[in-house]
Amino acid sequence: MVTINGENREDFNNLTVAEMLDREGFDRSRIAIEINGAIISRKQYNETLLHSGDSIEVVSFVGGG
Amino acid sequence: MMQSEDDKLILGGHEFSSRFILGSGKYSLDLIRASVEQAGAEIITLALRRANQDGRANILDYIPEEVTLLPNTSGARNADEAVRIARLSREVGCGDFVKIEIMRDTKYLLPDNSETVKATEILAKEGFIVMPYMYPDLNVARDLREAGAASIMPLAAPIGSNKGLCTKEFIQILIDEIDLPIIVDAGIGKPSEACAAMEMGAAAVMANTGIATAGDIPAMAEAFKLAVEAGRKAYLAGTGRVLERGGSASSPLTGYIQDGSAKENWMHEE
Repeated sequence: MVTINGENREDFNNLTVAEMLDREGFDRSRIAIEINGAIISRKQYNETLLHSGDSIEVVSFVGGG
Repeated sequence: MMQSEDDKLILGGHEFSSRFILGSGKYSLDLIRASVEQAGAEIITLALRRANQDGRANILDYIPEEVTLLPNTSGARNADEAVRIARLSREVGCGDFVKIEIMRDTKYLLPDNSETVKATEILAKEGFIVMPYMYPDLNVARDLREAGAASIMPLAAPIGSNKGLCTKEFIQILIDEIDLPIIVDAGIGKPSEACAAMEMGAAAVMANTGIATAGDIPAMAEAFKLAVEAGRKAYLAGTGRVLERGGSASSPLTGYIQDGSAKENWMHEE
């Protein structure tokens, strides 16, 4: 099990980050990702695998002052 | 000071014609494009938050492509959190600008100056163009300059208050003493206040709530644009001196129309 933005997700072990983004409906051109506190760059999405216990943050821009 | 055609705002080596920075918070996405256009803004701030997954439009779809994005580190309570947000923002792909906003106090939203200096130092070394939001303090401004800030962004009044230039005297000190663009940010509620900040010699003004809480948002964005331009022109033209005591006639003191009697002019120079 992994957590994505604080929500638990089953069956995500060994998916690539790219696959996770597709499954979760994130637009990869509009986001940045951290796994366990480390930023994963866009060119690594296809090769980086998720592992059980990973804590994933997916962020994007919103309005702000 | 001579007025030139080319009065550009220079931040981190980038040139801007507009001296009005727009905040994008508190108003709906469909108004953002109109406001950016009416404001003539070339820089717009954004915040970074957990991404939504339900196919809602992203704010980047509403901002004209040529506008420079200025992500803020809102949400950060210390330098480490600000650095984390800045790095993630850069990773989204927005360029190297970052506005450091570090707040420990949630009632007045006053920035933590010392954490801001720490974050500035780290991020400047990583090649960010750092725009620190701070409480106007000359000593801290000097530290920020030493730390590699590209500008200083002193607050005029608490964020979102629309109270105007409450810290005016202390902003003036920064303008007079710090050799960096001073960009007045937070609390500017009316175009006249933005104009006043520019007349003082500020390099630029940023506003968000003053526009977002206006009756007609795009119209207010335009009003701010005109005010910032007017204030800058006035500053470059050199505002006239102020007489602390007495008055000085603006019209000639001789040649008054007489009433036919032999009386002298009732108003004449001593």
